[in-house]
Amino acid sequence: MPSLKDLKNRIESVKSTRKITKAMQMVAAAKLRRAQDAAEAGRPYAERFNTVLAGLAASVGGSDSAPRLLSGTGSDQVQLLVVMTSERGLCGGFNSSIVKLARVRVAELRAAGKTVKILTVGKKGREQLKRDYADLFIGHVDLSEVKRLGYANAQDIARDVLARFDAGEFDVATIFFNRFQSVISQIPTAQQIIPAAFDQTGEAAADTTLFDYEPDEEAILADLLPRGVATQIFSALLENAASEQGARMSAMDNATRNAGDMIDKLTIQYNRSRQAVITNELIEIISGAEAL
Amino acid sequence: MADLMQFDLVSPERSLASLEVTQVQIPGADGDMTAMANHAPLITTLRPGLLTVSGPQGETKYVVTGGFAQIGAEGTTVLAERAVNAAEITEEVYHDMVRSAHAAHQQAHAANAGDAVDDAAKLLADMVAIGGHIGLTPPNL
Repeated sequence: MPSLKDLKNRIESVKSTRKITKAMQMVAAAKLRRAQDAAEAGRPYAERFNTVLAGLAASVGGSDSAPRLLSGTGSDQVQLLVVMTSERGLCGGFNSSIVKLARVRVAELRAAGKTVKILTVGKKGREQLKRDYADLFIGHVDLSEVKRLGYANAQDIARDVLARFDAGEFDVATIFFNRFQSVISQIPTAQQIIPAAFDQTGEAAADTTLFDYEPDEEAILADLLPRGVATQIFSALLENAASEQGARMSAMDNATRNAGDMIDKLTIQYNRSRQAVITNELIEIISGAEAL
Repeated sequence: MADLMQFDLVSPERSLASLEVTQVQIPGADGDMTAMANHAPLITTLRPGLLTVSGPQGETKYVVTGGFAQIGAEGTTVLAERAVNAAEITEEVYHDMVRSAHAAHQQAHAANAGDAVDDAAKLLADMVAIGGHIGLTPPNL
Protein backbone atom coordinates (compact mmCIF):
# COMPACT_ATOMS: atom_id res chain seq x y z
CA MET A 1 0.00 0.00 0.00
CA PRO A 2 1.67 3.21 -1.13
CA SER A 3 1.76 6.06 1.34
CA LEU A 4 -0.25 9.24 0.86
CA LYS A 5 2.87 11.16 -0.11
CA ASP A 6 3.81 8.59 -2.76
CA LEU A 7 0.36 8.81 -4.28
CA LYS A 8 0.47 12.56 -4.33
CA ASN A 9 3.84 12.51 -6.09
CA ARG A 10 2.58 10.08 -8.69
CA ILE A 11 -0.48 12.18 -9.41
CA GLU A 12 1.77 15.22 -9.86
CA SER A 13 4.09 13.40 -12.24
CA VAL A 14 1.23 12.00 -14.35
CA LYS A 15 -0.22 15.49 -14.49
CA SER A 16 2.98 16.94 -15.90
CA THR A 17 3.18 14.07 -18.39
CA ARG A 18 -0.33 14.93 -19.48
CA LYS A 19 0.69 18.54 -19.97
CA ILE A 20 3.56 17.46 -22.19
CA THR A 21 1.51 15.10 -24.34
CA LYS A 22 -1.21 17.74 -24.63
CA ALA A 23 1.34 20.28 -25.82
CA MET A 24 2.81 17.78 -28.29
CA GLN A 25 -0.64 17.06 -29.63
CA MET A 26 -1.28 20.71 -30.23
CA VAL A 27 2.08 21.21 -31.89
CA ALA A 28 1.39 18.20 -34.11
CA ALA A 29 -2.02 19.61 -35.02
CA ALA A 30 -0.48 22.90 -36.11
CA LYS A 31 2.25 21.13 -38.07
CA LEU A 32 -0.28 18.77 -39.59
CA ARG A 33 -2.21 21.67 -41.02
CA ARG A 34 0.94 23.03 -42.61
CA ALA A 35 2.01 19.63 -43.92
CA GLN A 36 -1.44 19.03 -45.34
CA ASP A 37 -1.38 22.39 -47.09
CA ALA A 38 2.02 21.58 -48.56
CA ALA A 39 0.82 18.16 -49.72
CA GLU A 40 -2.24 19.71 -51.30
CA ALA A 41 -0.22 22.47 -52.99
CA GLY A 42 2.09 19.87 -54.47
CA ARG A 43 -0.67 17.70 -55.85
CA PRO A 44 -1.52 19.61 -59.08
CA TYR A 45 2.09 19.48 -60.24
CA ALA A 46 2.46 15.76 -59.58
CA GLU A 47 -0.87 14.95 -61.21
CA ARG A 48 -0.24 16.91 -64.38
CA PHE A 49 3.31 15.67 -64.59
CA ASN A 50 2.17 12.09 -64.37
CA THR A 51 -0.57 12.61 -66.95
CA VAL A 52 1.87 13.99 -69.49
CA LEU A 53 4.49 11.36 -68.69
CA ALA A 54 1.93 8.59 -68.99
CA GLY A 55 0.83 9.91 -72.37
CA LEU A 56 4.40 10.09 -73.58
CA ALA A 57 5.25 6.70 -72.18
CA ALA A 58 2.26 5.16 -73.93
CA SER A 59 3.34 6.50 -77.31
CA VAL A 60 7.08 5.83 -77.00
CA GLY A 61 7.08 2.89 -74.59
CA GLY A 62 6.90 0.16 -77.19
CA SER A 63 9.93 1.22 -79.20
CA ASP A 64 13.41 -0.18 -78.66
CA SER A 65 14.88 3.26 -78.14
CA ALA A 66 12.77 3.89 -75.04
CA PRO A 67 14.90 5.18 -72.16
CA ARG A 68 16.01 2.65 -69.60
CA LEU A 69 14.21 4.55 -66.86
CA LEU A 70 10.98 3.58 -68.61
CA SER A 71 11.68 0.17 -70.06
CA GLY A 72 13.89 -1.06 -67.23
CA THR A 73 17.14 -2.93 -67.54
CA GLY A 74 15.41 -6.07 -68.72
CA SER A 75 15.94 -7.74 -65.39
CA ASP A 76 14.52 -7.49 -61.89
CA GLN A 77 17.32 -9.26 -60.10
CA VAL A 78 18.56 -6.42 -57.92
CA GLN A 79 15.85 -4.54 -56.05
CA LEU A 80 16.31 -1.24 -54.31
CA LEU A 81 13.91 -0.38 -51.51
CA VAL A 82 13.75 3.27 -50.53
CA VAL A 83 12.19 3.27 -47.07
CA MET A 84 10.92 6.64 -45.90
CA THR A 85 10.24 7.10 -42.22
CA SER A 86 10.30 9.94 -39.73
CA GLU A 87 13.20 11.55 -37.92
CA ARG A 88 11.43 11.57 -34.58
CA GLY A 89 9.54 9.02 -32.59
CA LEU A 90 6.40 9.30 -30.45
CA CYS A 91 4.12 8.99 -33.43
CA GLY A 92 2.30 5.75 -32.73
CA GLY A 93 2.55 3.02 -35.33
CA PHE A 94 3.72 5.35 -38.07
CA ASN A 95 7.24 4.02 -38.46
CA SER A 96 6.54 0.40 -37.57
CA SER A 97 3.84 0.11 -40.21
CA ILE A 98 6.23 1.20 -42.95
CA VAL A 99 9.00 -1.00 -41.62
CA LYS A 100 6.61 -3.93 -41.41
CA LEU A 101 5.62 -3.51 -45.06
CA ALA A 102 9.28 -3.24 -46.07
CA ARG A 103 10.12 -6.38 -44.06
CA VAL A 104 7.41 -8.38 -45.77
CA ARG A 105 8.73 -7.20 -49.15
CA VAL A 106 12.31 -8.09 -48.29
CA ALA A 107 11.26 -11.55 -47.19
CA GLU A 108 9.27 -12.06 -50.40
CA LEU A 109 12.09 -10.88 -52.63
CA ARG A 110 14.64 -12.97 -50.83
CA ALA A 111 12.44 -16.02 -51.08
CA ALA A 112 12.29 -15.39 -54.84
CA GLY A 113 16.08 -15.33 -54.94
CA LYS A 114 16.48 -11.62 -55.62
CA THR A 115 19.16 -9.34 -54.29
CA VAL A 116 17.82 -6.61 -52.05
CA LYS A 117 19.38 -3.25 -51.29
CA ILE A 118 17.95 -0.72 -48.89
CA LEU A 119 18.21 3.05 -48.87
CA THR A 120 16.67 4.68 -45.83
CA VAL A 121 15.29 8.18 -45.49
CA GLY A 122 14.69 9.18 -41.88
CA LYS A 123 16.38 7.96 -38.74
CA LYS A 124 13.63 5.87 -37.20
CA GLY A 125 13.25 3.39 -40.02
CA ARG A 126 16.98 2.97 -40.16
CA GLU A 127 17.12 2.05 -36.50
CA GLN A 128 14.36 -0.51 -36.83
CA LEU A 129 15.70 -2.15 -40.00
CA LYS A 130 19.29 -2.14 -38.84
CA ARG A 131 18.73 -5.07 -36.51
CA ASP A 132 17.87 -7.49 -39.30
CA TYR A 133 19.20 -6.02 -42.51
CA ALA A 134 22.29 -3.97 -41.66
CA ASP A 135 24.20 -5.77 -44.44
CA LEU A 136 21.68 -4.66 -47.08
CA PHE A 137 22.03 -0.93 -46.42
CA ILE A 138 23.62 1.05 -49.20
CA GLY A 139 22.85 4.53 -47.99
CA HIS A 140 20.95 6.83 -45.71
CA VAL A 141 19.45 10.27 -46.23
CA ASP A 142 19.31 12.43 -43.16
CA LEU A 143 16.52 14.99 -43.09
CA SER A 144 16.74 15.86 -39.39
CA GLU A 145 18.20 19.28 -40.16
CA VAL A 146 15.44 20.11 -42.62
CA LYS A 147 12.83 22.46 -41.19
CA ARG A 148 10.62 22.69 -44.24
CA LEU A 149 10.60 20.01 -46.89
CA GLY A 150 11.43 21.50 -50.24
CA TYR A 151 11.61 20.12 -53.72
CA ALA A 152 15.40 20.41 -53.42
CA ASN A 153 15.38 17.64 -50.79
CA ALA A 154 13.53 15.35 -53.17
CA GLN A 155 15.93 16.27 -55.97
CA ASP A 156 18.90 15.30 -53.81
CA ILE A 157 17.42 11.89 -53.09
CA ALA A 158 16.44 11.43 -56.73
CA ARG A 159 19.93 12.35 -57.88
CA ASP A 160 21.41 9.78 -55.53
CA VAL A 161 18.99 7.08 -56.71
CA LEU A 162 19.49 7.93 -60.40
CA ALA A 163 23.28 7.91 -60.07
CA ARG A 164 23.09 4.45 -58.58
CA PHE A 165 20.75 3.34 -61.36
CA ASP A 166 23.11 4.68 -64.03
CA ALA A 167 25.96 2.89 -62.33
CA GLY A 168 23.97 -0.32 -62.66
CA GLU A 169 23.62 -0.88 -58.94
CA PHE A 170 20.00 -2.00 -59.16
CA ASP A 171 17.24 -2.85 -61.65
CA VAL A 172 14.04 -1.93 -59.87
CA ALA A 173 13.41 0.75 -57.26
CA THR A 174 10.42 0.94 -54.96
CA ILE A 175 9.61 3.63 -52.42
CA PHE A 176 7.88 2.92 -49.13
CA PHE A 177 5.92 5.64 -47.41
CA ASN A 178 2.66 6.33 -45.60
CA ARG A 179 -0.11 7.76 -47.71
CA PHE A 180 -2.13 10.28 -45.76
CA GLN A 181 -5.77 9.28 -45.52
CA SER A 182 -6.94 11.10 -42.42
CA VAL A 183 -5.66 11.93 -38.96
CA ILE A 184 -6.46 8.45 -37.72
CA SER A 185 -5.61 6.50 -40.85
CA GLN A 186 -2.38 6.40 -42.79
CA ILE A 187 -1.84 3.72 -45.36
CA PRO A 188 1.63 2.24 -45.75
CA THR A 189 2.27 2.19 -49.48
CA ALA A 190 4.87 0.68 -51.78
CA GLN A 191 5.29 2.43 -55.11
CA GLN A 192 7.59 1.43 -57.93
CA ILE A 193 9.50 4.41 -59.31
CA ILE A 194 12.10 2.78 -61.57
CA PRO A 195 11.24 1.62 -64.16
CA ALA A 196 8.43 4.12 -64.24
CA ALA A 197 4.99 2.61 -63.77
CA PHE A 198 1.81 4.43 -64.67
CA ASP A 199 -1.75 3.68 -63.76
CA GLN A 200 -4.18 3.07 -66.58
CA THR A 201 -6.37 6.09 -65.91
CA GLY A 202 -3.52 8.47 -66.68
CA GLU A 203 -2.93 6.93 -70.07
CA ALA A 204 -6.57 7.00 -71.05
CA ALA A 205 -6.84 10.69 -70.20
CA ALA A 206 -3.72 11.64 -72.11
CA ASP A 207 -4.65 9.77 -75.24
CA THR A 208 -7.54 12.05 -76.14
CA THR A 209 -5.43 14.90 -77.55
CA LEU A 210 -2.68 14.57 -80.08
CA PHE A 211 0.18 16.82 -79.12
CA ASP A 212 3.05 18.15 -81.14
CA TYR A 213 6.33 17.66 -79.37
CA GLU A 214 9.23 20.01 -79.33
CA PRO A 215 11.97 18.71 -79.44
CA ASP A 216 10.83 15.16 -80.28
CA GLU A 217 9.01 12.75 -78.01
CA GLU A 218 12.07 10.72 -77.06
CA ALA A 219 14.07 13.79 -76.07
CA ILE A 220 11.24 15.11 -73.94
CA LEU A 221 10.76 11.74 -72.33
CA ALA A 222 14.47 11.45 -71.58
CA ASP A 223 14.37 14.90 -70.01
CA LEU A 224 11.20 14.34 -68.01
CA LEU A 225 11.72 10.83 -66.65
CA PRO A 226 14.45 11.79 -64.15
CA ARG A 227 12.31 14.74 -63.09
CA GLY A 228 9.40 12.36 -62.74
CA VAL A 229 11.42 10.33 -60.23
CA ALA A 230 12.07 13.48 -58.21
CA THR A 231 8.41 14.43 -58.42
CA GLN A 232 7.27 11.06 -57.14
CA ILE A 233 9.78 11.15 -54.31
CA PHE A 234 8.69 14.68 -53.44
CA SER A 235 5.01 13.81 -53.23
CA ALA A 236 5.88 10.72 -51.18
CA LEU A 237 7.89 12.90 -48.79
CA LEU A 238 4.99 15.32 -48.45
CA GLU A 239 2.46 12.55 -47.86
CA ASN A 240 4.81 11.05 -45.33
CA ALA A 241 5.24 14.34 -43.48
CA ALA A 242 1.49 14.85 -43.24
CA SER A 243 1.01 11.25 -42.13
CA GLU A 244 3.68 11.57 -39.46
CA GLN A 245 2.02 14.59 -37.90
CA GLY A 246 -1.38 12.94 -38.15
CA ALA A 247 -0.10 9.79 -36.47
CA ARG A 248 1.64 11.80 -33.78
CA MET A 249 -1.47 13.84 -33.16
CA SER A 250 -3.68 10.80 -32.59
CA ALA A 251 -0.97 9.04 -30.55
CA MET A 252 -0.62 12.07 -28.31
CA ASP A 253 -4.38 12.44 -28.06
CA ASN A 254 -4.55 8.86 -26.78
CA ALA A 255 -1.70 9.47 -24.37
CA THR A 256 -3.41 12.57 -23.00
CA ARG A 257 -6.63 10.66 -22.47
CA ASN A 258 -4.83 7.78 -20.80
CA ALA A 259 -3.05 10.17 -18.48
CA GLY A 260 -6.42 11.69 -17.58
CA ASP A 261 -7.85 8.26 -16.75
CA MET A 262 -4.80 7.45 -14.68
CA ILE A 263 -5.09 10.70 -12.73
CA ASP A 264 -8.75 9.95 -11.97
CA LYS A 265 -7.88 6.46 -10.70
CA LEU A 266 -4.97 7.67 -8.61
CA THR A 267 -7.07 10.48 -7.13
CA ILE A 268 -9.75 8.00 -6.05
CA GLN A 269 -7.07 5.81 -4.49
CA TYR A 270 -5.56 8.82 -2.78
CA ASN A 271 -8.91 9.91 -1.33
CA ARG A 272 -9.70 6.40 -0.10
CA SER A 273 -6.42 6.03 1.72
CA ARG A 274 -6.77 9.50 3.21
CA GLN A 275 -10.22 8.47 4.45
CA ALA A 276 -8.76 5.29 5.90
CA VAL A 277 -6.08 7.21 7.76
CA ILE A 278 -8.68 9.58 9.25
CA THR A 279 -10.92 6.69 10.29
CA ASN A 280 -7.97 4.97 11.91
CA GLU A 281 -7.08 8.04 13.89
CA LEU A 282 -10.67 8.49 15.05
CA ILE A 283 -10.84 4.87 16.23
CA GLU A 284 -7.65 5.36 18.18
CA ILE A 285 -8.96 8.52 19.87
CA ILE A 286 -12.32 6.95 20.70
CA SER A 287 -10.87 3.73 22.03
CA GLY A 288 -8.35 5.72 24.05
CA ALA A 289 -11.20 7.77 25.58
CA GLU A 290 -13.22 4.64 26.34
CA ALA A 291 -10.30 3.03 28.11
CA LEU A 292 -10.18 5.82 30.66
CA MET B 1 -9.30 42.30 -78.18
CA ALA B 2 -7.66 38.95 -78.51
CA ASP B 3 -9.28 35.82 -77.14
CA LEU B 4 -8.45 34.77 -73.63
CA MET B 5 -7.15 31.41 -72.57
CA GLN B 6 -6.60 29.72 -69.24
CA PHE B 7 -3.00 29.83 -68.00
CA ASP B 8 -1.55 27.84 -65.07
CA LEU B 9 1.95 28.06 -63.70
CA VAL B 10 2.69 25.22 -61.31
CA SER B 11 5.84 24.43 -59.37
CA PRO B 12 6.29 21.26 -57.28
CA GLU B 13 5.75 23.19 -54.08
CA ARG B 14 2.76 25.31 -55.02
CA SER B 15 0.66 26.73 -57.80
CA LEU B 16 1.95 30.20 -58.68
CA ALA B 17 -0.60 31.49 -61.09
CA SER B 18 -3.93 30.50 -62.54
CA LEU B 19 -5.68 33.16 -64.60
CA GLU B 20 -7.05 34.18 -67.97
CA VAL B 21 -4.45 35.62 -70.30
CA THR B 22 -4.11 36.71 -73.89
CA GLN B 23 -0.65 35.36 -74.54
CA VAL B 24 2.27 33.60 -72.91
CA GLN B 25 5.85 33.76 -74.07
CA ILE B 26 7.58 30.49 -73.24
CA PRO B 27 11.32 29.82 -73.20
CA GLY B 28 11.17 26.50 -75.02
CA ALA B 29 14.14 24.17 -75.33
CA ASP B 30 14.31 24.86 -79.07
CA GLY B 31 13.68 28.58 -78.78
CA ASP B 32 11.18 31.05 -77.43
CA MET B 33 7.59 30.70 -78.51
CA THR B 34 4.40 32.58 -77.87
CA ALA B 35 1.19 30.75 -77.14
CA MET B 36 -2.18 32.37 -77.66
CA ALA B 37 -5.71 31.03 -77.51
CA ASN B 38 -6.45 28.14 -79.92
CA HIS B 39 -2.78 27.29 -80.33
CA ALA B 40 -2.19 23.82 -81.74
CA PRO B 41 -1.69 21.23 -78.96
CA LEU B 42 2.00 21.12 -78.13
CA ILE B 43 4.33 19.93 -75.42
CA THR B 44 7.79 21.39 -75.09
CA THR B 45 10.51 21.21 -72.49
CA LEU B 46 11.79 24.43 -70.97
CA ARG B 47 15.22 25.89 -70.83
CA PRO B 48 15.99 28.28 -67.97
CA GLY B 49 14.62 31.63 -69.00
CA LEU B 50 12.00 34.26 -68.69
CA LEU B 51 8.32 33.41 -68.97
CA THR B 52 6.22 36.43 -69.91
CA VAL B 53 2.50 36.37 -69.27
CA SER B 54 0.33 39.08 -70.81
CA GLY B 55 -3.31 39.48 -69.98
CA PRO B 56 -5.98 42.01 -69.11
CA GLN B 57 -4.26 42.51 -65.74
CA GLY B 58 -1.03 43.54 -67.40
CA GLU B 59 2.24 41.75 -67.87
CA THR B 60 3.97 39.47 -65.41
CA LYS B 61 7.39 37.91 -65.80
CA TYR B 62 8.60 34.75 -64.14
CA VAL B 63 12.04 33.22 -64.04
CA VAL B 64 11.61 29.49 -64.66
CA THR B 65 14.10 26.63 -64.72
CA GLY B 66 13.50 23.08 -65.86
CA GLY B 67 10.19 21.44 -66.59
CA PHE B 68 7.81 21.63 -69.51
CA ALA B 69 4.88 23.50 -71.00
CA GLN B 70 1.72 21.90 -72.22
CA ILE B 71 -0.39 23.90 -74.66
CA GLY B 72 -3.81 22.43 -75.28
CA ALA B 73 -7.31 23.36 -76.31
CA GLU B 74 -8.29 24.23 -72.75
CA GLY B 75 -5.29 26.48 -72.15
CA THR B 76 -1.63 26.53 -71.33
CA THR B 77 0.00 24.85 -68.38
CA VAL B 78 3.62 25.42 -67.44
CA LEU B 79 5.16 22.99 -64.97
CA ALA B 80 8.47 24.42 -63.83
CA GLU B 81 10.80 22.84 -61.31
CA ARG B 82 11.57 26.27 -60.04
CA ALA B 83 9.59 29.39 -60.78
CA VAL B 84 9.99 32.82 -59.22
CA ASN B 85 8.23 36.05 -60.01
CA ALA B 86 10.86 38.21 -61.72
CA ALA B 87 9.81 41.22 -59.65
CA GLU B 88 10.49 39.30 -56.43
CA ILE B 89 13.81 37.86 -57.43
CA THR B 90 16.72 39.37 -55.55
CA GLU B 91 20.34 39.49 -56.49
CA GLU B 92 21.03 36.91 -53.81
CA VAL B 93 18.54 34.38 -55.22
CA TYR B 94 19.80 34.94 -58.74
CA HIS B 95 23.43 34.57 -57.75
CA ASP B 96 22.54 31.42 -55.92
CA MET B 97 20.97 30.00 -59.09
CA VAL B 98 23.95 30.95 -61.26
CA ARG B 99 26.39 29.53 -58.76
CA SER B 100 24.61 26.17 -58.59
CA ALA B 101 24.59 26.03 -62.40
CA HIS B 102 28.27 26.89 -62.36
CA ALA B 103 28.99 24.17 -59.80
CA ALA B 104 27.10 21.63 -61.90
CA HIS B 105 29.14 22.68 -64.92
CA GLN B 106 32.43 22.26 -63.09
CA GLN B 107 31.32 18.91 -61.74
CA ALA B 108 30.40 17.68 -65.22
CA HIS B 109 33.67 19.04 -66.52
CA ALA B 110 35.65 17.25 -63.85
CA ALA B 111 33.83 14.00 -64.53
CA ASN B 112 34.39 14.53 -68.27
CA ALA B 113 30.85 13.37 -68.86
CA GLY B 114 30.58 14.24 -72.56
CA ASP B 115 27.06 15.46 -73.32
CA ALA B 116 26.51 16.44 -69.71
CA VAL B 117 29.29 19.03 -69.99
CA ASP B 118 27.56 20.68 -72.95
CA ASP B 119 24.21 20.56 -71.18
CA ALA B 120 25.66 22.13 -68.07
CA ALA B 121 27.46 24.80 -70.08
CA LYS B 122 24.20 25.64 -71.86
CA LEU B 123 22.40 25.80 -68.54
CA LEU B 124 25.01 28.18 -67.19
CA ALA B 125 24.81 30.38 -70.27
CA ASP B 126 21.01 30.46 -69.99
CA MET B 127 21.31 31.43 -66.36
CA VAL B 128 23.69 34.26 -67.13
CA ALA B 129 21.39 35.42 -69.93
CA ILE B 130 18.43 35.64 -67.54
CA GLY B 131 20.34 38.26 -65.59
CA GLY B 132 20.41 40.55 -68.62
CA HIS B 133 16.62 40.32 -68.90
CA ILE B 134 15.83 41.16 -65.33
CA GLY B 135 18.54 43.74 -64.81
CA LEU B 136 20.84 41.83 -62.49
CA THR B 137 24.50 41.20 -63.04
CA PRO B 138 25.74 37.64 -62.63
CA PRO B 139 28.24 37.03 -59.83
CA ASN B 140 31.96 36.85 -60.51
CA LEU B 141 32.78 33.18 -60.76
